Amino acid sequence: MSLAANTALAIAAAVRSGATTARQVIEDHLAVVATRESELHACNLVMTDQALAAADAVDAAVARGEDPGPLAGVPVALKDNMCTRGVPTTCSSKILEGWTPPYDATVVERLRAAGAVAIAKTNLDEFAMGSSTENSAFGPTRNPHDPSRVPGGSSGGSAAAVAAGYAPLALGSDTGGSIRQPAALCGVVGMKPTYGAVSRYGLIAFASSLDQIGPFSNTVADAAALYEVIGGHDPRDTTSIDQPVAAVSAELGRGVEGLRVGVVQELSGEGIADDVAARVREATDALTAAGAKVGEVSVPACTFGLSAYYLIAPAEASSNLARYDGVRYGLRVDGEDITQMYTRTRTAGFGAEVKRRIMLGTYALSAGYYDAYYGKALKVRTLITRDFDAAYEQFDVLVSPTAPTTAFAFGAKTENPLAMYLSDVCTIPSNLAGHPAISVPFGTGDDGLPVGVQVLAPALGEAVMFRVAAALEAAAPGKAS
Amino acid sequence: MSKLDGWELVIGLEVHCELRTATKLFCGCPNMFGDEPNTNVCPVCLGLPGSLPVINRQAVEFAMRIGAALNCSIEPSTFHRKNYFYPDMPKDYQVSQYDEPINVGGYLELPDGFRVGIERAHMEEDTGKTMHAGGDGRIHGSSHSLVDYNRSGVPLVEIVSAPDMRSSAQARAYVAELRAILVAIGASDGRMEEGSLRADANVSVRRPGEPLGTRCEIKNVNSLRSLGRSIEYEAARQVDLITAGEKVQQQTRHWDDANGRTITGRTKEEAEDYRYFLEPDLVPLAPDAAWITTVRGSLPALPAERRGRVAAAAGAEPASQAVVTVVDLELDDLVCAAVAAGADGRIALARASNEVAANVDAGRRLDAGAFASLVKLEAGGGLTATQAKTVLGELLETGGGDPAAIAAARGFEAMDSNALDATIDEIIAAHSDEWARYREGDPKMAGFFVGLVMKATQGKADGKAVNAALQDRLKPA
Repeated sequence: MSLAANTALAIAAAVRSGATTARQVIEDHLAVVATRESELHACNLVMTDQALAAADAVDAAVARGEDPGPLAGVPVALKDNMCTRGVPTTCSSKILEGWTPPYDATVVERLRAAGAVAIAKTNLDEFAMGSSTENSAFGPTRNPHDPSRVPGGSSGGSAAAVAAGYAPLALGSDTGGSIRQPAALCGVVGMKPTYGAVSRYGLIAFASSLDQIGPFSNTVADAAALYEVIGGHDPRDTTSIDQPVAAVSAELGRGVEGLRVGVVQELSGEGIADDVAARVREATDALTAAGAKVGEVSVPACTFGLSAYYLIAPAEASSNLARYDGVRYGLRVDGEDITQMYTRTRTAGFGAEVKRRIMLGTYALSAGYYDAYYGKALKVRTLITRDFDAAYEQFDVLVSPTAPTTAFAFGAKTENPLAMYLSDVCTIPSNLAGHPAISVPFGTGDDGLPVGVQVLAPALGEAVMFRVAAALEAAAPGKAS
Repeated sequence: MSKLDGWELVIGLEVHCELRTATKLFCGCPNMFGDEPNTNVCPVCLGLPGSLPVINRQAVEFAMRIGAALNCSIEPSTFHRKNYFYPDMPKDYQVSQYDEPINVGGYLELPDGFRVGIERAHMEEDTGKTMHAGGDGRIHGSSHSLVDYNRSGVPLVEIVSAPDMRSSAQARAYVAELRAILVAIGASDGRMEEGSLRADANVSVRRPGEPLGTRCEIKNVNSLRSLGRSIEYEAARQVDLITAGEKVQQQTRHWDDANGRTITGRTKEEAEDYRYFLEPDLVPLAPDAAWITTVRGSLPALPAERRGRVAAAAGAEPASQAVVTVVDLELDDLVCAAVAAGADGRIALARASNEVAANVDAGRRLDAGAFASLVKLEAGGGLTATQAKTVLGELLETGGGDPAAIAAARGFEAMDSNALDATIDEIIAAHSDEWARYREGDPKMAGFFVGLVMKATQGKADGKAVNAALQDRLKPA
């Protein structure tokens, strides 16, 4: 029987004990990739040779009697915006054509040190800008539950890879919901840590003050284990929090007895599909049944989250993406002079959504408009944090839908950017506040596709957040087909 | 009568100082000038995707030292991104302090006591260096350009003065003094010609008492001389415009040193919108009070203080050229040590600011005790000034030695006056025609006779004593 259906923790235990080999684990998962990848297109690159070599190194460590690490032999899919030394990293953009990073992201180093094996670079919306993975320059990823539907985005490739069994673990990045929303649409667990809890060194920036790397997995326990490996202070990222990662795995079995759970009113009503709203109600009922005290809570400034986000994130992106100018690396389209070279390179190298956001952000930061747009958005950001702080005086965690709907069809929202942006309305507030949040699968919608319930917690509240997530997982109806 | 008579110049200066840190501002690459191009680079200073900056503590400390030396308040500060496209800037934005700089509100005192206000001294990163190839070095006509990123990310402090200066001489004095301070505190090597210290001048003109005129910013000035010339040129250009009934346009102008003029750069209308915003990859900088106190307490003596000290020791004016020279060249300790050893301060200052200053590298190695002995010998009449200079020359060549022994080896001893008189009389007797002309007041003849006496005594005679003896012979017996 293939090892591909196992959890990460089960695989690691088997490899560590010698019950199986890392090579066998990787071969079994590569077999799944071979079966489904031509249909799903979850990966920009399958790292077959590197993964087998890394697996052999893990097996050699086990054979020598060394500790091969807590995730020994576990395949991990990496969103293709994390730098991998010697392995092309594309951000699913033509502009990075031909570029290979000379260094590893901190999370990649930490995975390797833990014995995990990078198996693939996964597809994403170009530069993580999108909610469906349709903005990839290399073509969209399909939802493993229904290939006519999107997997969500921007980390759609990572979500699909875990859902399809390519790997029990994946890393994504979440700027406005890019881990949690595709996790919900693909029926897997997806978590965005507190801003600064995981190093951003080597994560190709979209919006630096919002970006966070986080885990995808099939189980809450696996997500906790992966978070413990990648989290903790990194001196190469001065925005990383100067303390060790919280031991969240130990909290998972503690239950929710006595915990105060607030249902966010602003994220529960208008715009949320009835079937999704019904699953959220069932989830909170389950928490009540498990001993939690569930109540309603208002976080008023959340209403302005989407508007603020679509000024702040594009503003930072307009600056972060300036370096793709054809001078040093990646695509270059020559011109008569440097300005024409810049223009031609960026015109050919960036897709429509990236261009839209660069223009939006450039405008928001321009003299005469800064105060009205970017400046005001920063004030909204402060208000959102303040409103969350008030909510957390009454509640330990908050709950909402992760996404307004289940997975939608290809092309359903590509002609209407605003409709697409609304896919992230429930996830964006956590990014603006810098707070952690996790999406846990909880039943299916009327279409039989997965629904995710989001658990939000205050800054560095990962432990209590994981406790509630584990309780939801335990109470969830049978998994989606 | 100068064209500028009746006009007042208003000058403010922005000086960029490359800090002498071991490594760059945001990464661990060596901060080295002139290495093989693109060897001191890494993902951070090349702005590779995914890289992040980490602030260099030594750079912050140098910035704080600059603030302390310029009497600034050292404040909590932040970094912004200044966004514009240029190939020598790898991220296409420059990380710079903007509305919350580390140092604000100080002043610099010139040797003559005039105070120039310092508005701010903030930190930022340097860019790479572009060279235009296949032409005459300018962008026009070049076939391609080469970029060296070794300088990319080198830490800079930009020191912005208030528009307090009123002449090109004052502007030069300001930059000279600032340079001396930056070198004294170890923040800069002070090399303007290599670009580690760069000055931009904001210049406007007005009739005294009138409101400020429209200013132009002069860039590309890389020496004190160019600074003075460019300001003079620019002020005259503006006066010409106003006199002709035209208006000065606010613009950036480039100094063309070869042709001695400023050339139009960007006008205000063409100025780029840099879209500054808070750099999200860096956290605010908030040096604690203890650190600030330590930095303020660790400053060495600054040039002004040293000028005061050496001036007092030598009985000279602090703003005198000799005092300014010895402090600039760091020869003031030599003078003070000689005075402390009992030598005459006036002579010590004269020798240090002339003969030693002319050979400053050797002068810095010169043994202070030997210098003091030499000054004592000269002051005590044991050596003539001419002999003292010769002995000093030898001391500078060898780095030290015993001045008395050197003088003896050369046969230098003070001539006794009887021997000198006899020599002079012999020479006069042998040159009666010339002596007659001397008596009639021919000015050339004094040099003639002094020269002959010097030759006859092999330089042992003191020129002043010979002149006095010659004069004595004109008096009626």
